Amino acid sequence: MVGATSSGKSSFAKKHFLPTEILSSDFFRAMVSDDENDQSVSREAFDLLFYAANKRLDLMKTTVVDATNVQPSARKQIVDLAREQNVHAVAIVLNLPERVLQERNAARPERGYPEHVIRKHVSDLRRSIKNLKREGFRFVYVLNSEEEVNEAEIVRTKMWNDKKDEHGPFDIIGDVHGCYDELVALLQKLGYENSEPDGFAHPAGRKAVFLGDLCDRGPKNVAVLRLVMKMVKNGHALAVPGNHDVKLVKYLLGKNVQITHGLDRTIAELEQESPEFREEVRAFLDGLVSHYVLDDGRLVVSHAGLKQEYIGRGSMRVREFCLYGEATGETDEYGLPVRLNWAADYRGKATLVYGHIPQLEIQAMNGTWCIDTGCVFGGKLTAFRFPEREPVQVDALKEYYAPVKPLSPQQNVSDDMLTAGDVQGRLHLTTALMPSILVQENNAAAALEIMSRFAADPHWLIYLPPTMSPCETSELDGYLEYPTEAFAYYRGRGIQNVVCEKKHMGSRAVIVLCHTEEAARKRFGVTDGSRGIIYTRTGRHFFDNAEIEKEVLARLDAVLTKTGFWTDFNTEWVCLDTELMPWSEKAQTLLSKQYAPVGRAGRDALAAAVAALEETCKRQNRAFEVDAVTSGQNVEPMALLERFRAKRDAIDGYVKAYREYCWPVHSVDDLKIAPFHLLASEGHVFNEEQHVWHMEKLKQYCTGVDPIFMATDYICVDTADDASVQAGVDWWLKLTGSGGEGMVVKPETYIAKRQTEVLQPAVKCRGAEYLRIIYGPEYLLPDNLQRLRKRSLSRKRSLAIREFSLGMESLTRFVNKEPLYRVHECVFGVLAFESEPVDPRL
Amino acid sequence: MLLTITYTGKNTQDLGYLLHKNPYRAQSFDLSFGNAYVFYPKVSNEETTAALLLDLNPIDLARGKLGSTEGGLFDYVNDRPYVASSFLSTALVRVFGTAMNGKCDKKPELVDQPLDLTACVHMLPCRGNEEMPKEVFEPLGYTVETRQTELDEVFPEWGGSAYIDLTLHGNVTVAALLNHLYVLIPVFDRQKHYFVSEEEIEKLLKHGEGWLNAHPARNKIVSRYFHMKRSYAHKAIDRLIESEPVDDADVGDEETEKAEAQVPDEVREKRISLNTRRLDAVKNAVLESGASSVIDLGCGECKLTAMLLEENQIKRVGAADVAVHVLEKAKQTLRYDRMPPYKKNKLTLMQASLTYKDPRFSGYDAACVVEVVEHLDPQRIPAFERVLFEFATPNTVVLTTPNKEYNAHYEWLAEDTLRHHDHRFEWTREEFKAWAAQICERFGYIVEISEIGDVDEACGAPTQMGVFRKCV
Repeated sequence: MVGATSSGKSSFAKKHFLPTEILSSDFFRAMVSDDENDQSVSREAFDLLFYAANKRLDLMKTTVVDATNVQPSARKQIVDLAREQNVHAVAIVLNLPERVLQERNAARPERGYPEHVIRKHVSDLRRSIKNLKREGFRFVYVLNSEEEVNEAEIVRTKMWNDKKDEHGPFDIIGDVHGCYDELVALLQKLGYENSEPDGFAHPAGRKAVFLGDLCDRGPKNVAVLRLVMKMVKNGHALAVPGNHDVKLVKYLLGKNVQITHGLDRTIAELEQESPEFREEVRAFLDGLVSHYVLDDGRLVVSHAGLKQEYIGRGSMRVREFCLYGEATGETDEYGLPVRLNWAADYRGKATLVYGHIPQLEIQAMNGTWCIDTGCVFGGKLTAFRFPEREPVQVDALKEYYAPVKPLSPQQNVSDDMLTAGDVQGRLHLTTALMPSILVQENNAAAALEIMSRFAADPHWLIYLPPTMSPCETSELDGYLEYPTEAFAYYRGRGIQNVVCEKKHMGSRAVIVLCHTEEAARKRFGVTDGSRGIIYTRTGRHFFDNAEIEKEVLARLDAVLTKTGFWTDFNTEWVCLDTELMPWSEKAQTLLSKQYAPVGRAGRDALAAAVAALEETCKRQNRAFEVDAVTSGQNVEPMALLERFRAKRDAIDGYVKAYREYCWPVHSVDDLKIAPFHLLASEGHVFNEEQHVWHMEKLKQYCTGVDPIFMATDYICVDTADDASVQAGVDWWLKLTGSGGEGMVVKPETYIAKRQTEVLQPAVKCRGAEYLRIIYGPEYLLPDNLQRLRKRSLSRKRSLAIREFSLGMESLTRFVNKEPLYRVHECVFGVLAFESEPVDPRL
Repeated sequence: MLLTITYTGKNTQDLGYLLHKNPYRAQSFDLSFGNAYVFYPKVSNEETTAALLLDLNPIDLARGKLGSTEGGLFDYVNDRPYVASSFLSTALVRVFGTAMNGKCDKKPELVDQPLDLTACVHMLPCRGNEEMPKEVFEPLGYTVETRQTELDEVFPEWGGSAYIDLTLHGNVTVAALLNHLYVLIPVFDRQKHYFVSEEEIEKLLKHGEGWLNAHPARNKIVSRYFHMKRSYAHKAIDRLIESEPVDDADVGDEETEKAEAQVPDEVREKRISLNTRRLDAVKNAVLESGASSVIDLGCGECKLTAMLLEENQIKRVGAADVAVHVLEKAKQTLRYDRMPPYKKNKLTLMQASLTYKDPRFSGYDAACVVEVVEHLDPQRIPAFERVLFEFATPNTVVLTTPNKEYNAHYEWLAEDTLRHHDHRFEWTREEFKAWAAQICERFGYIVEISEIGDVDEACGAPTQMGVFRKCV
């Protein structure tokens, strides 16, 4: 707003804009000083005002600066902000007669200004009006009377580049450069039909999008221009300008341009055309908008790409970026500008498709796609189908123009460095299962340390498994956990059928395997020659010895090759969730620092105690009357002996329990690997398949060939059928009675929901003997058991669901070929949640 | 958890009078952490054995006392209920307090009478200190017998356990024996079940009266008794010896001692001087480069950072580490909260990872990477290289890393092991040179490699330093 005091700017703004859109200097004066008329705090007030304006413009929000703005210096600040933010500055000028203002001012005794202030305002304003455009206001509206002010209407228009309501589908076509024959062939291949007089159109209503550089260098520039202009005119195509197109416009406008880089060919062709046609070409190219935001913001197209902070904005800076990209100012050995790799830093949500840089193959990075495949240089003409995200290509018929620099082969595919900003601070993650997952800053900090110090190459980490909650505690004598509670969890939430899988007591291991090194390079961007990985639940290499990892992977590949997995699933890679045994392989430190010492100390100490008590019981002991305050209570040695015998038996049971899960590993043959989820392969995350499908497919393809890969026993239980429930209980009793850890109860489907609530993907139910190594040797002594029954699962369960959602999301993103940082943030989120303190015994 | 005391001689039932516990009666005592029982497995004229047995509740230890809101200190799977630890000392005072004070109304003539006593301490944690039982008990006149145990007889490959059964024979008074045990049992274990406060000094002085001051292993006993609290150890020793100065080397703090248990003292001293020489060399390299701003990547506790902050040439210092707790410690070391503004404004502390591209690393003239690369997995080195040399691109990079060849000089180091358990690799001089050469080739730097520490003709120096300069 521009206007003298009392000209009614605030009322005008209130009438036409949202209260939150208006940043009023009075308001900010009051905010810092409690007095909206205190001119002495103007500087502080404007600091705040512009701070707020900046934040709003970061988010592309219409912002109205309600201040007098009659001085050029005040307006300069606004224009500068608009330039910095690449948005348009608009001036609405309330240019009322001084008489009206003086009258109004007089009627407002509480803030009446001296007459001369208003007079000065008015004269400043009058002088300013003609300069506003030159100062940098893109649009200027001057309202010269009270009537005009009252009748004014504000019509909001979209940015020219805003075509969010165009939903395509689209066929985005890279730099054509006059390759008319290839363009026609490509359009036909895409299913476009040519009918006179309308030109090319797609029967299914698809729309072509031309990425600019229509002409120069190639053989049939005018024909290309004609075709494209017709398609655009008839609504079958959109087009953005390229640097060559802009140069052509300058030429056509008679400006002095260098006739280089193939412009001569276009000029020669245009010479043959009528002046009217030349003018039509000029008007068409001149009217093109730098870039388009399409399909509700999911797709952005421009000639030379775009930084995410420029998307949807309008300024010369944005336009130049769209035309030329960003260069360092240096040139390479061919004299070509050295380009800044802005795509490596692209973190926008929109798929961004551009051309400009000819390369042998399509170049994808962080959701940006460069599809200039150098047709005019003898390469290919490429169309990129959206939303399918697939290329359709035709080969150039010949090399029409020799490139200055040979077309570059694919750049380093792993040129996708993660940046600190991707994972630092509070992270807000969005997943298909849970729309909003928040990772607190301290957890992210902890995850950053773990990820940096211990985790494997993040390119491999496409999934981390979620934590798993146990069932509620049982009230049954002698049991802390019992299957009926696990069944009850699901039945109580409307899930009737569950699958019980044997819980192997080893260590969680995720296996990612590529059939070839080439697949590892192409699909995972891993270039060190490895073709897979086995990693722990925190993303560390499972084996310190790389040779063992290599051998296990080779043996898995042999199995999958033999069983036909690679061909049947039409994939070059697979991701499996497994349990790797023995436990002692990964838990050796825990065993030798904690488990075995407790067993040793307990057995020896308790044996000595029992022996001493046995001796004592052989003798006559008497109870005496004593003063219990100064002396001890009487105690019956026999009772003590019984108590310590029970403790001794408990420690023996404990030692027996942990020994079950230990055996020496001399070679890979001593390992056992039990896969239980076939997580993903090319094109698929198998979370729509039921658990029985996973079990059976793994049996069919992974186990039974090489003895180190073993199948997992399971049974299905109908929780509404007493006999089936009993069968499940019996199965568990048998399993845990023979040294098994217990079982995992899962809903029939991989993802289970009650309405919108995601349920636990699995609930574990551990055997009574096994739990000795969790809750201590003596946990089953009745008093202890009673106390342990009180435990809270809610935190663990909430974490399990968030981690599960993130795990599914990271796999989905990877399968959808989303950029590394998008996959990594989910994996990182799981690791961050794992740093939450939660009772480790659950 | 089990201590037996056997008296051999004549009328040995008198042990009951000395201990104030009737040999014909088993008794139970409430302790804050469970129960203690006293009973006599053997009573005769010739030989009488008293037993003190602890019964700790493991759930209390893990969860805190029933009804209390404080969490416990220990895991459910815990050796505390079974081993001889500070719990036993606490029980000794509670159960045999009168005896320890040397009081016996019924048989006063026995109080100061040395007797043939045998004490058996079951399951005394004694990791890596095989000599310690003799070192601490023999000077007090005991014959020491120990029985080693293996971790698990089913898995002999797991090796021996940390526990010993300790038997002491001596001709001592009952009170002396009890006081010796009270002070010395926790010295072995070093994990105390209660918060160690200054009052502990009084307790130690009281129970150590008359013997601890003259004990040849006095300083070791005191410092281990106070484990984490170095300052208490100093105070206690000061009071024991009344102002004779204390040699710092004997009173190590817990953390370094834990990590350095295997490292001989003279090596430790050498290492301290090596570290100083290394930091000096790095600082000088930075200053010589003409840098006015520098970032310390992997700053740890900011020893180098602090040195750089002192330099007038350096106007801006960044310090980055990936471990938040280390940065917190660094803030304390630097007295960050109290730093004067001119210094504080110079310094930017940040949590950052060397494998994530980070714009905060840019804009410094020099970067120091001191003893850091070897903590990165080899697979992550390429990411680190790009973060530093491709994106941060300081004019000067000063990088130090161990020279693996020099490990031959560390006799305490087993063959083919690295100097630190977190080292993922160590480079020979050739390997470092080759690595540095390819960095220069790929990113446009030139390097000058030098050695830090005592140079050995065959093996070189313990540390190698590369100073990389960007070609312009």
